Amino acid sequence: MNYHWNWRIFGEMSPDGVHTYWDTLLSGLAWTLATSLAGWVMALALGFAVGALRTLPGRWLPLLGTAYVELFRNVPLLVQMFLWFFVAPELLPQAAGDWLKAMPNAPFATAVICLGFFTSARVAVQVTAGIQALAGGQRLAALALGLDLPQTYRFVLLPLALRVILPPLTSEFLNIIKNSSVALTIGLMELTASARSIQEFSFQVFEAFSAATLIYVLVNLTVIAAMRLLERRLALPGTLGAR
Amino acid sequence: MSLPRVLFLCLTLACLASQGGQAAAQDAGGTLAKIKRTGTIMLGVRDGSIPFSYLDDQQQYQGYSVDLCSKIVEAVQQHLGMAVKVVMNPVTSANRIPLMANGTIDLECGSTTNNAERQKQVAFAPTMFVIGSRLLTKKSANINSLADMRGKTLVATAGTTTLKQMTMLNAERKLGMTIVVGKDHPESFLMMETGRAAAEANDDILLASQVASARNPGDFVIGKEALSVEPYGIMMRRGDPAFKTVVDAALVRVYQSAEFPQLYRKWFQSPIPPKGINLNFPMPEQLKAVIAKPTDSPDPAAYAVNAAKR
Repeated sequence: MNYHWNWRIFGEMSPDGVHTYWDTLLSGLAWTLATSLAGWVMALALGFAVGALRTLPGRWLPLLGTAYVELFRNVPLLVQMFLWFFVAPELLPQAAGDWLKAMPNAPFATAVICLGFFTSARVAVQVTAGIQALAGGQRLAALALGLDLPQTYRFVLLPLALRVILPPLTSEFLNIIKNSSVALTIGLMELTASARSIQEFSFQVFEAFSAATLIYVLVNLTVIAAMRLLERRLALPGTLGAR
Repeated sequence: MSLPRVLFLCLTLACLASQGGQAAAQDAGGTLAKIKRTGTIMLGVRDGSIPFSYLDDQQQYQGYSVDLCSKIVEAVQQHLGMAVKVVMNPVTSANRIPLMANGTIDLECGSTTNNAERQKQVAFAPTMFVIGSRLLTKKSANINSLADMRGKTLVATAGTTTLKQMTMLNAERKLGMTIVVGKDHPESFLMMETGRAAAEANDDILLASQVASARNPGDFVIGKEALSVEPYGIMMRRGDPAFKTVVDAALVRVYQSAEFPQLYRKWFQSPIPPKGINLNFPMPEQLKAVIAKPTDSPDPAAYAVNAAKR
């Protein structure tokens, strides 16, 4: 291969004349973390709400929850990004659309909303599965104790379900970090976009993407370690490998 | 696997990869030898760089750079004294360097900016085009220069030298512009068209082709103010003087022949396939100067001297 390796590229000045390429990567990492963490908070909140909705008695509320899940998990993430960024503002009244388009950090806000909705559908499925996996007597016992339905969910079903579904939630957390790279298509300068801009300016493509890959791996290994710790502390005695 | 073991594995793979790379470079013996051995020359082409290198409605790659490359191929055939098969391999801005480095393509016939940083990695044939970066705005916005952009939003494409330059000018002239980034040129145009940005900064020739293919070309105007000058070049592997000599000589011959003005008119001042749009882009003064005195200099100053005469 005819390639001029230059691992010192990261210490060199980037074209903005102020920051080094290393700083470019770090700022990309910061955007990746900010986007995926904000999206994750939104996904957890919505996911638990919709997941619980799908297990309620009655017919229409679970159907509504299922419609939500199928809408957001059956459309490709890339398409959703484009819809939120380019199509949504055009559907609003002119003034509101213009205000939205002129918003500072619009790509960031859009990416968080898009990732939040997309991931919430996947979290919702797991929450539903978690609640359904609990012994049916839990719900009945809680109701028989005199708790009303919201209290049953709040104090009995959801806390138990959370402890059962922690391992798959770890995977979703890792997914949202990796999925945040799709936001580069709407102009968010996250980690992958930073690596791309380094390769465009310096043509050191292998160094740029090796560094980005390594950073993704390290971030995800950290998340895995933290979630393992949490899983061990919260594991339900008598289930899923708890001692 | 534990973390230290994963890291160890990564390092081992990286070492193997770099050693393998060196071995391959040693037995390559230059591009000319490779073309002779395989009887094929691989051209890297782009699928959407109108009018330099693009796919038409017949699924054929064509354009100004592709025509220039076919002149180079003729010269290579003459030099080797054999017929050479031409294979067109589509590349993107993200994979052109790896594909050039590993020998998948021998020449990149696209619209690649020649700059000093890139010359550390690849070599360029004598400059084939000179662009100026300018602002594209809606006529209704009434923006005539960069000064009119104070406090407004500007879009530039990610990874372009224009983006870097706009960031610098914004700070230098204290314009307070919000600079947003488009993933590629069509998206930058979309951002300007849908009003997410008041202006798009880009290479003037790209702006001309965006306007020519827009739904309502009359709605847009390209600014008169040229904010910078950049040379475009056909790209090849670095450290291969024998091949570069053949390529350079072939292009210089084309530049000095009577054929060149025709070639320019064919792509920049006539209707071109697939839609028959006409870019109406007269030859820039800087290009006239560099055609008269061919150079592969990456330094914008080498071209800006000529800009002063304008």
